[in-house]
Amino acid sequence: MNRYLATHVESLPPSGIRKFFDLVATMKDVISLGVGEPDFVTPWTVRESGIFSLEQGQTMYTSNAGLFELRDELAHHLSKTLGLTYKPLDEILITAGASEAVDLVMRAVLNPGDVVLVPNPSYVSYGPCATLAGASVQYIQTHAKDDFRLRVEDLIQAYTPKAKLLILSYPNNPTGAIMTREDLLPIADFAIEHDLLVLADDIYSDLTYDGTHVSIASLPGMHDRTLFVSGFSKSYAMTGWRIGYVAGHKDLIGGLTKIHQYTMLCAPIMGQFAALEALRSASEARDEMVAAYDRRRRLMVHGFRQMGLDCFEPLGAFYVFPEITKTNLTSEEFAEELLKEEKVAVVPGTAFGPSGEGHIRCSYAYSTEQLQEALKRITRFVQPRIS
Amino acid sequence: MLTEEDRKLLKLIEEDCRLTPEALSIQTGLMPEYITQRIIAWEKEKVIVDYRPLINWDRTGDVSVSALIEVRVLPQRGYGFDKIAKRLQKYPEIKSLFLMSGGYDLALLIEGKTMQDVALFVAEKLAPLEHVQSTATHFVLRRYKQDGVELMGEEETLQRLVVSP
Repeated sequence: MNRYLATHVESLPPSGIRKFFDLVATMKDVISLGVGEPDFVTPWTVRESGIFSLEQGQTMYTSNAGLFELRDELAHHLSKTLGLTYKPLDEILITAGASEAVDLVMRAVLNPGDVVLVPNPSYVSYGPCATLAGASVQYIQTHAKDDFRLRVEDLIQAYTPKAKLLILSYPNNPTGAIMTREDLLPIADFAIEHDLLVLADDIYSDLTYDGTHVSIASLPGMHDRTLFVSGFSKSYAMTGWRIGYVAGHKDLIGGLTKIHQYTMLCAPIMGQFAALEALRSASEARDEMVAAYDRRRRLMVHGFRQMGLDCFEPLGAFYVFPEITKTNLTSEEFAEELLKEEKVAVVPGTAFGPSGEGHIRCSYAYSTEQLQEALKRITRFVQPRIS
Repeated sequence: MLTEEDRKLLKLIEEDCRLTPEALSIQTGLMPEYITQRIIAWEKEKVIVDYRPLINWDRTGDVSVSALIEVRVLPQRGYGFDKIAKRLQKYPEIKSLFLMSGGYDLALLIEGKTMQDVALFVAEKLAPLEHVQSTATHFVLRRYKQDGVELMGEEETLQRLVVSP
């Protein structure tokens, strides 16, 4: 029945993660470090608030843009934590997860023939979303020697005059890299000079372990040319609630809202009430989760370095991205053989683009005991191959 | 005042006191020597008072009885409630002892093998004490949560996907 599929969908390659997931799903007793979501359950006060909203019969649509109370609270939150100023009335749109926001941005701003600049390795959705929006993708290689930060020299090299949108996703999935204010300034200058719009996917911003997160949207001249995307999934362990948001200039948000109103209509109402509670009273629970990730992060980096592998120190998100070239295996071979021999699932770096070759992504959103056991097994796998 | 690093370290020890200074060092980035030195100091200062597991005896089949006892006490001139509290805390049956605001003065958590043990303790040891005016005993029927730990466990949650983006 493939003949019914649209050409651009049929030619879209399946996610590299999906392929690996199918392989893992056939095996038993696997310790998986392949999950990109928190291992914590949503804080109770937030869950309770979702339950209460159902008890109150809050089961209707909300306005397309989302509950005003939530947008208002978000505006305060963004101003207080990141120094970003958005009007709740027409500069913030609540979406069904940050993923919807990414898709909306691409569809609302890209014309066929436009080019999207995507640092690589990066989250698996940007390229396909751009393709589905009719644009082409120009990947920008980032390097382990730069701690996987985007350098303006690499941006200059990848730039084409048809480029319209630059994706910036820091803290980064899969590398755990962050960008400081100093790292972002030349990127912002370049964006202004070349009239680029920036999609800042700051979903992991609360999971920053060195200093505080700086968003490119807060830099001079960047407010109106940045679409700031984030959500509640990672910070408050709310992946299943599907609540994200996008903030930006009202003209752009107006464009995004047109697509959102015809396709999604609105984000789930109980999730929106839960998100409101998260902002109002779950900051302590969030900070405790972040502190736990930080401890596990150190454990993982230490573990990989002890094995004799190079592992740059990730300062954000909940992934480590060790280099495995010393084993003389490709990323895919490493992941497959490790899975077969030691029953540990990690994601090959190539699932996140060609720059991921020579690396594997390990999530540390697991208990310390699970991580320790996984490290033990990976050590057993790695050591004979590098000695 | 505690530094932020020390506060994190203490919380980690409170969460799992089995962690060695080396393991604590890996997870916090602090030097093991520093951690050892802080732990020794905290032990001396009685900041770290003891290292004990939290045992759910209800699951062992060993029967025991706990009770919360409200005690009204006449405060003593010059000592307030401290003198009688000092005396009460010596009883091994009393597991916890608090001075309370509100309708009574001292709250005691008592453990015994049987209800009779607890009743005898109240009748023979506690109630006759000078300055104790009255007692009210409430037996614990079931323990749901203790020291921040949910003893019944969380509800079963759906398994996460094995691999996700």
